[in-house]
Amino acid sequence: MRDPATVEEFNPGDTVKVHLKVVEGDKERAQIFQGVVLQRRGQGVDATFTVRKVSGGIGVERVFPLHSPVISKIEVSRRARVRRAKLFYLRDRKGKAARLKEKKS
Amino acid sequence: MMKALIGRKIGMTRTFAEDGSMTPVTVVQAGPCTVVQRKVRDRDGYDAVQLSFGQKKHPNLPAKGHFRKANVAPGQVVGEIRVGPDDEAAPGMTLTVDSFRPGDLVKVRGRSKGRGFAGGTKRWGFSGGDDAHGCKSHRAVGSMGSNTTPGRTFKGRKMPGRMGNSPVTVRNLQVVRIDSDRNLILLRGAVPGARNSFLMILGS
Repeated sequence: MRDPATVEEFNPGDTVKVHLKVVEGDKERAQIFQGVVLQRRGQGVDATFTVRKVSGGIGVERVFPLHSPVISKIEVSRRARVRRAKLFYLRDRKGKAARLKEKKS
Repeated sequence: MMKALIGRKIGMTRTFAEDGSMTPVTVVQAGPCTVVQRKVRDRDGYDAVQLSFGQKKHPNLPAKGHFRKANVAPGQVVGEIRVGPDDEAAPGMTLTVDSFRPGDLVKVRGRSKGRGFAGGTKRWGFSGGDDAHGCKSHRAVGSMGSNTTPGRTFKGRKMPGRMGNSPVTVRNLQVVRIDSDRNLILLRGAVPGARNSFLMILGS
């Protein structure tokens, strides 16, 4: 299990950069998956979160175990104001309609 | 010395390997168990070791006497493990999770969750009828057998009835991790019973 302190606090609606360790052959490199957090679920070690991005016009979602050692860092690049915990409605929207209002800090 | 422990199922979670692969595990609080009685063939008719786990809050008189004989505190659960006639286990001895090592394969005996009075679909996996298309038989048991010959329903016919709450043994569960400080043992996969139910872990 990864050190929990490396996890920055984030919420559904936030845009995050998930830094992943990818092993190719015997080389290890970093890969970044950036997108909007659709949901967080589970507690403790079992917790996961779903990140959605649109890549080449196609929606891509990945579910990450929050405590996976493959994740080296989670960076929040934008915080949004949302009114629900699960943002699945974003799947039915694209372009302008899929925007989220930025949270005023 | 036999490898066995009585424990309590805590629940399920997962563990991570360095490469991110995950293993589903059941956390069991196992032991420390004390040997209460050593049964021998000459006196008891068979060779076994009686283990106790936990603490009994209000032991009755017979229980008090039984545990006093071994000079141990009354336990909450008592279980027996058959051993060979030469086993050196003696009353008062303590067993902990340290008798197991990660990688060991164990058997786990428990009591399955009670399902109450269950119908044929749940209890025996009957396929049931159509949910729609005018079918009026959805989860019914269906035929009880033939007609005039044999003119009766065979014994053992699968029918609705009490399901679960019965002894279940799961074999070849791998020990993933041992936590001696907290008396925890992590087993790969699922074990029978509800959380907080008692289990017997047997080394094979």
